[in-house]
Amino acid sequence: MAEASYPSDLKYHEEHDWARIDGDTATFGITWYAQDQLGEVVFFDLPGTGKTVSRGEPYAEVESVKAVSDVIAPLSGEIVEVNDALSSGPEAINDDPYGGGWMVKVRLSDPSEVDDLMDASAYEESLT
Amino acid sequence: MLAAIGADSIDDLFADVPEGVRLGRPLELPAGKPEQEVYGYLRDLAALNVSAEDEISFVGAGMYDHYVPALIDSILARSEFLTPYTPYQPEISQGGLQVMFEYQTAISELTGLPVSNASVYEGPSAVAAAGYLAKLHQPARSRFLVSRALHPHSRETLATTSVGWGTAIEEIPLADGVTDAGALADALDDDVSAVFLQYPNFLGAVEDLDALVPAARESGALVIAQCDPLALGILRPPGDFGVDVAVGEGQTLGNRLDFGGPSFGFFAAQQAHVRRMPGRIAGETADVDGRRGFVLTLQTREQHIRREKATHNICTAQALNALAGMLYLSWLGRAGLVELGELMLQRTAYARDALAAIEGVEPLHSQPVVREFAVALDADVDAVIERCAADGVNPGFPLGREYPEHGNGLLVALTEQRSKADIDRLASTLQAAVREAVPA
Amino acid sequence: MSAEPAAPAGTRLSETAQQRDRAVTIYERSHPGRRAFVAPELDVPRREGLLPERFRRSEPARLPEVAEPEIVRHYNRLSKRNFDLDTGFYPLGSCTMKHNPKLHERVAALPGNARLHPLQHPRRAQGALRLMWELQSALAEIAGLPHVSLQPSAGSHGELAGVLLTRAYHEDRGERRTKVLTPDTAHGTNPATVTMAGFEVVKVGTDDRGGVDLDDLAAKAGDDVACLMLTNPNTLGLFDPAIEEIERIVHDAGATLYYDGANLNAVMGRTRPGDMGFDIVHFNLHKTFTQPHGGGGPGAGPIAVSERIEPFIPRPQVVRRESDDGAGPTFALDHDRPKSIGRLRGFQGNYGVFVRSYAYILSLGSDGLQEASETAVLNANYLMARLRETVGEHLPPAYDRTCMHEFVLTGGPMKNALGIRTLDLAKRLLDHGFHPPTVYFPLLVDEALLIEPTETETRETLDAFAEIVGEILAEAAGDPAAARNAPYTTPVRRLDEAGAAKRPVIRQPL
Repeated sequence: MAEASYPSDLKYHEEHDWARIDGDTATFGITWYAQDQLGEVVFFDLPGTGKTVSRGEPYAEVESVKAVSDVIAPLSGEIVEVNDALSSGPEAINDDPYGGGWMVKVRLSDPSEVDDLMDASAYEESLT
Repeated sequence: MLAAIGADSIDDLFADVPEGVRLGRPLELPAGKPEQEVYGYLRDLAALNVSAEDEISFVGAGMYDHYVPALIDSILARSEFLTPYTPYQPEISQGGLQVMFEYQTAISELTGLPVSNASVYEGPSAVAAAGYLAKLHQPARSRFLVSRALHPHSRETLATTSVGWGTAIEEIPLADGVTDAGALADALDDDVSAVFLQYPNFLGAVEDLDALVPAARESGALVIAQCDPLALGILRPPGDFGVDVAVGEGQTLGNRLDFGGPSFGFFAAQQAHVRRMPGRIAGETADVDGRRGFVLTLQTREQHIRREKATHNICTAQALNALAGMLYLSWLGRAGLVELGELMLQRTAYARDALAAIEGVEPLHSQPVVREFAVALDADVDAVIERCAADGVNPGFPLGREYPEHGNGLLVALTEQRSKADIDRLASTLQAAVREAVPA
Repeated sequence: MSAEPAAPAGTRLSETAQQRDRAVTIYERSHPGRRAFVAPELDVPRREGLLPERFRRSEPARLPEVAEPEIVRHYNRLSKRNFDLDTGFYPLGSCTMKHNPKLHERVAALPGNARLHPLQHPRRAQGALRLMWELQSALAEIAGLPHVSLQPSAGSHGELAGVLLTRAYHEDRGERRTKVLTPDTAHGTNPATVTMAGFEVVKVGTDDRGGVDLDDLAAKAGDDVACLMLTNPNTLGLFDPAIEEIERIVHDAGATLYYDGANLNAVMGRTRPGDMGFDIVHFNLHKTFTQPHGGGGPGAGPIAVSERIEPFIPRPQVVRRESDDGAGPTFALDHDRPKSIGRLRGFQGNYGVFVRSYAYILSLGSDGLQEASETAVLNANYLMARLRETVGEHLPPAYDRTCMHEFVLTGGPMKNALGIRTLDLAKRLLDHGFHPPTVYFPLLVDEALLIEPTETETRETLDAFAEIVGEILAEAAGDPAAARNAPYTTPVRRLDEAGAAKRPVIRQPL
């Protein structure tokens, strides 16, 4: 994705991850800024379903040619689905970070944590 | 130059070195010598060594006196292969990178495993590196089962290297010269991280991997095999048996003995393990104009990117020696590697029979052997070796220090350089030596 | 590699001769039935059934099928697609690309060396054992530490030895320490080694003078710290004048002090790591001591240790024994070392590398080694001064200090002002027949360019390099695309590394 974008329907964590809330589950991914910093993603190590994730803690790794980055969970819970398409098509993380580049779906253990996340404009402002 | 820098003297450039740590005197070493004196001194030192040039040698135990064709010397002497650094700028390193790719292909072919790296240091440390891969693969498992017939240097290197891994090494005993399959089966459980075997084993025997590998795999352990790459020319490759990682000492492929190094270690594995492999890997790609080219790839495994989470700490490996290995395999060629294997198979059988016919000499086991075998002497082995040395023959490696249960054992190795006449001479020299030596 | 004329702004040169020579592998040159090797005649009676069928390969390994002329031609042509040190300037920081004297190949090839089996009886390998012992002694003097093991096969291997020795030392004293400190400027092998040795890495910060942040070090040097791994000068090419204070802090905490010898070329004869207080030092024989790099090895990483670490050094150790019959000393491999950490590899180490390194030490001697370091430092400071003149505005030194044998420039200003990055400068240098310096290391410096000229370069070469870097930046000011699309004249141009990582093809399908 060539132009920076931060959809307003998402919530954001300061470690450059987003969450799309849907009742008591949420979808996670990394922001446009994160994928731009990383460069072309070549590998995403898919975590397993059933794994517990904790807010602020890494739950996966994303690799470019010359760098490895931890992917941080914006909220806590249990992984219920992973985006298998990223195995053969990790470039979706660059091309469509909020759509086809989604990483995991999580059943939230503490939905009140959502209140600690930023909205799009606050996150965008934090980048300057 | 000092003026351009803005300094008055060389001493100024070392101003940051505190007084307290300045050496303040010349190094206590001799003064430098002109080239011809250095040459003369080192030539005289080398003359004190009895090399395979000076005696008929049957010593193996991991390194072998093969004929190294002259083309290897000439290509290795080329500045373009000898003097560059690791290929960090691929555009000007296509020679080295393509050699790695060709070498990786050859190792994959020999081992029957799909992925190979571009070399590690040598055999025993390659075994330890395979152990580290097993550790990273299943961190919760803590037992390493190691055949007593794995090279003693490999067993010791694994023990030394793994001391901080939270793993424990247990030895699997031998039965008639090969790993005791029953003992292995009894030892397996779901806490075994890896099983280590050698193929052919240190005593020269071809291990029956069909009897060993399936049980290990079923327990969920990785199977690691240290292999003789030359013997793989005629032996069914480890990948065929379901071995997870095949490693080994590459010296036998076109490298000098060099009193033990430099040589190279090879490291090959099943596809599932590629992201945990140590060392450099070259991969094929294309440039901006669509030209075929090669680059170092999967670098995120390595220390310069992954740092404390790297799959291994290796940086400099053995690229030039791996090139020698590739040249050797090209020189032998598809048919030649098989012919060499068959020749060694026949001569080794002949040699074992010839020595077995000597009174006071008995084969340690009757397992199939390819290029090396072990005998027990009814005589003091050290005295026998001295007596043979006086006759210009080095009969083999004495087993006693590494295998006290074979106190007067001798490991005898063949290469294509040891003719029937050499073997006959070994037999007669050994016969005389055993007859004269003090009984064991 | 001959330099082609610079690409005109915005246009691309037509294919160079090197580029027209497409990559063809040895497998693709094969034809069934061709061969080089002639097997000796079978001179023993042929026996059947020596190997059960189920032990036999069903198909031969698909190795090349080529005759000697093809092999020679293929690998000769391939070699010409490499740039190398014998051909041109190679200022790769942290690698010490100094000239490899040609005598060394001659002495390494002597049959008494090249054809000597590692398990030859020591009585018949006295030349080799004595050479190793003398090399050990020389390295001990250079390091200022009395005991040397030649066993490790590379710098990383020496680092592993050092951290394992530290572990053994603490355990012997009944202590269980879990952490090892490394500066944030450390070479990647340091933290990787720490993990392999079973310790936790703790990073120590660097202050704005480029030295160890002493407050950070003091805060982190607790009694659960086993060791601090350091190099001095560090990877920024700066000598840390606080080394005595660092030594005090670390030793007061009961930890060992480990010296990464990658930068030893800066200090030989001037100061010694042993005198700085280090307990364990590794040498890179393929850096400081001229073992040719071989495109990625072989090397060797011997270690020198203090008296208190000596009991733990790897086994076997080369020792000298006085003989009691007046026949002169003999040299032996001592296996009887009860506290040794054991072996880190087979046999005795990379002996062929020892021969070359020892030849170097004999050739240079006391005076020559010191002069080598002094000239290395002189050359680096001179080049840094010349580059300040030609490109100091956009590519300044990261630290405004005297450097040692290498220095770091930062390409941050260049990126902002001229729109080209350190990577682009490196690729454009290829068109001018230079190997680029090290790029993007150390991580601490933005758009880092780490330059190590070494002592074997002439002033003219250094001047030429400074001029060319100036030309490239001047070119970029008018036309940044020229560097961004470089190189133009190399056998291949920029390669798709992302594609190679996403879909790895690491062997030829056959």
